[in-house]
Amino acid sequence: MTRGRIRAKLRRSQLYTFACLRPHVNETEGSVQGCPRVIYCNQPHMHKKRPLKYCTNYISTTKYNFFSYFPKALFEQFNRVANIYFLIAALLSVTPLSPFSPVSMLLPLAIVVGVSMAKEALEDWRRFMQDKEVNARKVSVHVGNGVFSYKPWEKIQVGDIVKVEKDQFFPADLLFLSSSYEDGICYVETMNLDGETNLKVKRAMEATSPLNEDEAFKEFTGTVKCENPNPSLYTFVGNIEYDRELYAIDPSQILLRDSKLRNTAHVYGSVIFTGHDSKVMQNATTSPSKRSGIEKKMDKIIFILFAILVLISLISSIGFAVKINYQTPQWWYLKPKETDVYFNPVKPLVPGLAHLVTALILYGYLIPISLYVSIEIVKFLQAIFINQDISMYDDESGIPAQARTSNLNEELGQVDTILSDKTGTLTCNQMDFLKCSVAGTAYGVSPSEVELAAAKQMAIDLEEQNREIANAKHKNSGSEIELETVITSNDGNDFKRRIKGFNFEDSRLMDGNWLKEPNVDTLLLFFRILAICHTAIPELNEETGNLTYEAESPDEAAFLVAAREFGFEFYRRTQSSVFIRERYPPKGQPVEREFKILNLLDFTSKRKRMSVIVRDEDGQILLLCKGADSIIFDRLSKNGRMYEEATTKHLNEYGEAGLRTLALAYKQLDESEYSAWNSEFQKAKSSIGADREATLEHVSDMMEKDLILVGATAVEDKLQKGVPQCIDKLAQAGLKIWVLTGDKMETAINIGFACSLLRQGMKQICITALNSDSVGKAAKEAVKDNILMQITNASQMIKLERDPHAAYALIIEGKTLAYALEDDMKHHFLGLAVECASVICCRVSPKQKALVTRLVKEGTGKTTLAIGDGANDVGMIQEADIGIGISGVEGMQAVMASDFSIAQFRFLERLLVVHGHWCYKRIAQMVIIKDFPT
Amino acid sequence: MKGRRSSSDSSSSSKTKKPQYSKFTQQELSACKPILTPGYVIGIFIIVGVIFIPVGIISLFASENVVEIVDRYDEGCIPPNYSDDMLAYIQNSDTNKTCTRSLKATKLMKSPVYIYYQLDNFYQNHRRYVKSRNDKQLWSKKHEDETKNCAPEATSNGLSIVPCGLIAWSLFNDSYGFSIKNKMVKVSKKNIAWESDKKHKFGSDVYPKNFQNGVLIGGGKLNSSIPLSKQEALIVWMRTAALPTFRKLYGRIESDIQANDSVTVIIENNYNTYSFGGKKKLVLSTTTWIGGKNDFLGIAYITVGGLCLFLAISFILVYVVMPRPLGDPAFLSWNRHPAGHQI
Repeated sequence: MTRGRIRAKLRRSQLYTFACLRPHVNETEGSVQGCPRVIYCNQPHMHKKRPLKYCTNYISTTKYNFFSYFPKALFEQFNRVANIYFLIAALLSVTPLSPFSPVSMLLPLAIVVGVSMAKEALEDWRRFMQDKEVNARKVSVHVGNGVFSYKPWEKIQVGDIVKVEKDQFFPADLLFLSSSYEDGICYVETMNLDGETNLKVKRAMEATSPLNEDEAFKEFTGTVKCENPNPSLYTFVGNIEYDRELYAIDPSQILLRDSKLRNTAHVYGSVIFTGHDSKVMQNATTSPSKRSGIEKKMDKIIFILFAILVLISLISSIGFAVKINYQTPQWWYLKPKETDVYFNPVKPLVPGLAHLVTALILYGYLIPISLYVSIEIVKFLQAIFINQDISMYDDESGIPAQARTSNLNEELGQVDTILSDKTGTLTCNQMDFLKCSVAGTAYGVSPSEVELAAAKQMAIDLEEQNREIANAKHKNSGSEIELETVITSNDGNDFKRRIKGFNFEDSRLMDGNWLKEPNVDTLLLFFRILAICHTAIPELNEETGNLTYEAESPDEAAFLVAAREFGFEFYRRTQSSVFIRERYPPKGQPVEREFKILNLLDFTSKRKRMSVIVRDEDGQILLLCKGADSIIFDRLSKNGRMYEEATTKHLNEYGEAGLRTLALAYKQLDESEYSAWNSEFQKAKSSIGADREATLEHVSDMMEKDLILVGATAVEDKLQKGVPQCIDKLAQAGLKIWVLTGDKMETAINIGFACSLLRQGMKQICITALNSDSVGKAAKEAVKDNILMQITNASQMIKLERDPHAAYALIIEGKTLAYALEDDMKHHFLGLAVECASVICCRVSPKQKALVTRLVKEGTGKTTLAIGDGANDVGMIQEADIGIGISGVEGMQAVMASDFSIAQFRFLERLLVVHGHWCYKRIAQMVIIKDFPT
Repeated sequence: MKGRRSSSDSSSSSKTKKPQYSKFTQQELSACKPILTPGYVIGIFIIVGVIFIPVGIISLFASENVVEIVDRYDEGCIPPNYSDDMLAYIQNSDTNKTCTRSLKATKLMKSPVYIYYQLDNFYQNHRRYVKSRNDKQLWSKKHEDETKNCAPEATSNGLSIVPCGLIAWSLFNDSYGFSIKNKMVKVSKKNIAWESDKKHKFGSDVYPKNFQNGVLIGGGKLNSSIPLSKQEALIVWMRTAALPTFRKLYGRIESDIQANDSVTVIIENNYNTYSFGGKKKLVLSTTTWIGGKNDFLGIAYITVGGLCLFLAISFILVYVVMPRPLGDPAFLSWNRHPAGHQI
């Protein structure tokens, strides 16, 4: 009951950040011109006839249907040059020119084409079954008089009102009308669209959000005018006429097909785009077909063979013509006077040409047709072996390795460079709250994996030393044992108490002991920032009674878990408030506090910070901010820098330990200051146009300054199982590994150490751009020259290196990379990179990932392999010779684009070293053996 | 291999995608693949050499024991007044084609002595020629009128020719008579064709018809009262030679020819090889267990055997002078250029 009341109040209040201040439509009437599509909501019968009849919601991703299969598949087959050649040869062999019976030519061709077509048919059949399953899914649709009943997806029409329930997929692109929440919000998971696992908030139009009952749709009608179907996921132009008023529709009111409703009991929506008109279907692309090196080589060989064939035929037919002309007239036993096309001593050109054709067919065996069949079959079987390999099956996720194309099996053994994503590929994308620094004091004693790895490395080094200095053995053993205990004790803890996202250990803060610390106030503030400054949603796990958090990033979830463990449990969020249950064990009773959220300044990758402005129960207005340390430090007030020095020191330590750090800060506001700013903020929000974002940012900027530093957090990005060993083995096999990550340089280097990509003995070459913000052309040139100089210096250094065992690591940053990838620089850069054993590129964008991949692929001419798991790796995966998708948590986008998918990075070793080796060797042997007879 | 599981726990949860374990799918089937170590290789070469060289020597000896007399008679059988225009001589049906040659046996030739004729520069393998026959017609009376592929020698005056085609039409028709010391020697012309040809290719109920009665006469004529299966000279001729120089069996002399015996041959020189510059030779030869005179086989055996022995010896030398451990990784590419690769 209370909840409903609060919600009702909420809706009336104007304070909530996003939905309430949508621009009203009157201003946007002009945009109607670009909206040729008209939809009569809740009047599907209007869409039964011609001009308004849109495509059905039946989707088909198959290439063929029953009738088109034969002509289309045949056409596809004969698109291949080899097949065309064989077809012509077969046709010629039917003519009397042929030196042998046509069966010997037609039969193998029929088998080749037949097998490939059967494979196509099988694949298409699978797609068909998948489509069938999707088309048959049920959704509840308004059938009139406020009654909803279930219909299969394929029966849904434009204009239908559908009711989608929790954890269901949206059947088509919908206009979001209302949800079970009175303020008309819902949470959507768009994993299938962009690979992001976090939830996104969608908001219904205010005008329609009261319609949140089945009954309400009895009388509802509306007319939507909108753009034609297009593949852009993040734009939508249109408006709706409802109750004789026009309202603009913006993209956040569109629920896209194939995304999933979460945390919301149900939503109502009007169907706008159905079936193949929907944005996700418009986006569907087939991944570019890749061909393996052996196939390319074979093509070349076959081309050479063909040239030889033509040459041989030419020589033999010329010889034939000459002989016919000069000698055969005397060969009485051939009856040279009785001529025909094939034998005419008088006109030797005609039989010469005929003989050319005959010779082409006769020597046609030079081009091995059966080789194609054999290769197809062998590759198909090899793909089965890869799929069946029990050693590449992940017990935890239950996903086996999958060869999605069988074209590239043998290419796996030829990989020279591996380009790897970091998050989700090398690391689990699971954050553990490990350490923090509050008020200049560092808390948290559990070691990070990097520290563990370093400790282990040290232990090994010591062991080596021991071996060298056999006599001094007993002296060192003491420290060794100590190190061992550090490692083992940590392992023990893992078993004892494992809370996902929390690996913090320090008795000073745990179990309410923080109350005894000297700087209680700052600690309290620190914990409150952790618990309040976020956009997550709590979710009650019904089995365990625990709260889990649906957050935009795993860092946030880790903070919330940490806050809960410290006694600040975030348990409820409404539109305007965050509720925290504060527990101080000495006093016993938990206190529930409500913090009114006045404004929320979003996190963007550009701003690298987020803030909330809250009013606590005492009416005090606070700005709580968290963000990247450099950004926060720039915005501290003079008296807020009390702990800056100590915190910076701690941050550097954390960075070295491979941890992700964020700084936390706050500031107190007084009422007048806030209201002055707020009015400006609201003005910026309600403005429309291109500069809305810029003004919003500017206004946010004005608020987020003169902050007071509270502390910093350190979160560990957990490495995946077996990654260092796997990288070690691959490096031993002579593969070069590049890591392309969006993280900052320090983190990337640390991860590099953790996964044994970097080693202590390696010489690191860091290439960074001069930090100049000036945009002028001259400045740019200067930066570029500087980078070029760094690159040439480094190359020179490597060239002059005498020690053959010296290894180099190149570390380059995204901004620098942008320069290095320019046309005139990229070869210098590549030349240097190739000399280095490992390369780490940090702060790179998805686009740059693809560019780097292309540079390596084209620059070195060697086989590249890209491995990644998220939507941001798709470009890289498609660009590389072999793309491998990690079928992990970050959605299926990468897997869909990849050629092979594996569940864990460590399986890469087996895939490359075992399967790649076998496949290549076997295919190569088969090609040689098959080629030999010809 | 790692990660092996008993199949029982995967069957308990049948819905998992866990691959079933089997030796086949995990590629663990036992296999045997010999590695060619220097020892093996040297051993094999020595064995091959030791076996081949004696075999070669024996074959060479056998070939040496064959006695062969070759006599080219195409030019010698032209009367001097025709020596400028041999073609006119052979094409003129009125000239006397008989010619006498005398051959000398250098050694004792034990019976049977085989008589061959050897033609040179005669392309029995020409496609137009090879194809010009009809096996159906040759085999059974039913298909007498089947002359497919026989062009341009299929019909004569509208009647189908049996046997049709260029091959039969150009049948070799020189004949030889032998006498030693003025005593006629009997020549057996039976059993000179392949048994399978006689039984399965040339019908016993097929008689020559309309043969060689066209405008242009090719080679020899056939007795139309003898079935094709008994016309062994034809059967031998119709088995076309693969090379332009070939020998075909003419007959056998079933008696020994003593050393220094002079053999007189009376040749009916009918066949025209003059127009295309071919040679005609008469060959008398004995056989041994390796067949006729053929040095090639022996030489080939000795060459291969010698090569093997040579290789074996040189491998032994290399092995002794520069031994290398088996599976030495020092020559792998990343070990030779450590800088860019090694980590």
